[in-house]
Amino acid sequence: MSPALIITAIVTILAAATVMSLRNLVHCALAMAITFSGIAAIYLQLSAEFVGFAEILVYVGAIAILIVFAILLTRSGESPEKSVLTSGWGAGIVVSVLVFTALGWAVLNSAGLPKAATAAPETTVKNIGEALMGKFILPLEIVGLVLTAAMIGAVIIALKEDPKTDNSGRKS
Amino acid sequence: MTPLQACLLVSAFLFAIGFAGAVTRRHAILVLIGIELMLNAANLNFIAFWRFGPHPEALAGIMFVLFSMALAGAEAAVGLALVIAIYRHKKTSNLDEVKDLKG
Repeated sequence: MSPALIITAIVTILAAATVMSLRNLVHCALAMAITFSGIAAIYLQLSAEFVGFAEILVYVGAIAILIVFAILLTRSGESPEKSVLTSGWGAGIVVSVLVFTALGWAVLNSAGLPKAATAAPETTVKNIGEALMGKFILPLEIVGLVLTAAMIGAVIIALKEDPKTDNSGRKS
Repeated sequence: MTPLQACLLVSAFLFAIGFAGAVTRRHAILVLIGIELMLNAANLNFIAFWRFGPHPEALAGIMFVLFSMALAGAEAAVGLALVIAIYRHKKTSNLDEVKDLKG
């Protein structure tokens, strides 16, 4: 196991823990961008270069910006005075610790995991493109349809309501 | 510890921390961030098993991750639109105060 992988893993874990422990939402979004960058660095070290750069483009470039815009649009950029945790947070912490213990135990004690490291596979963008256009063409088309539907749905949901056609009968 | 086990442990931690955030934090946007962290943990597992598995030339792991990224993008867009719509309607994004669907 290379030292670079250990360092990026530690940075990713610390950033992920920071996301969920800070009070200010803008700081949380920035720590989330660091987490996604760390995950992209892990992908690059696992010789999945295309996925690593796609992660940076999609998550750090698009989703982080989208989340920052949503934070500013809902005016929740300031730190709240009240508690940031829900009423039943103790049970949530206990369940997540249990989940991590179970997963970690399974990973460390499983006999079926391959032991020896294999040689790095040859994945070029050409290979990925040929697979996308050949074997995986139907899922690709369906994902295009899903993205179009999600985009139209998001625009309709976030559209400003017309006060005259307000179905609750109130003038806003 | 092999590199595969290290990647799986990192992804298990990411999943646990995303789950903890999604169920304990009060703000709706942080719940969405927690869901994104859990999706990323699953993607990391796909890539780790693809890299250290027996048939990396089949590219199945990479394809799964690419499609799951596209679906995560769609989910984030719709989820944030819902958060903005609820904020406009109820003037809050605190999940303890948003208890009913009927406005």
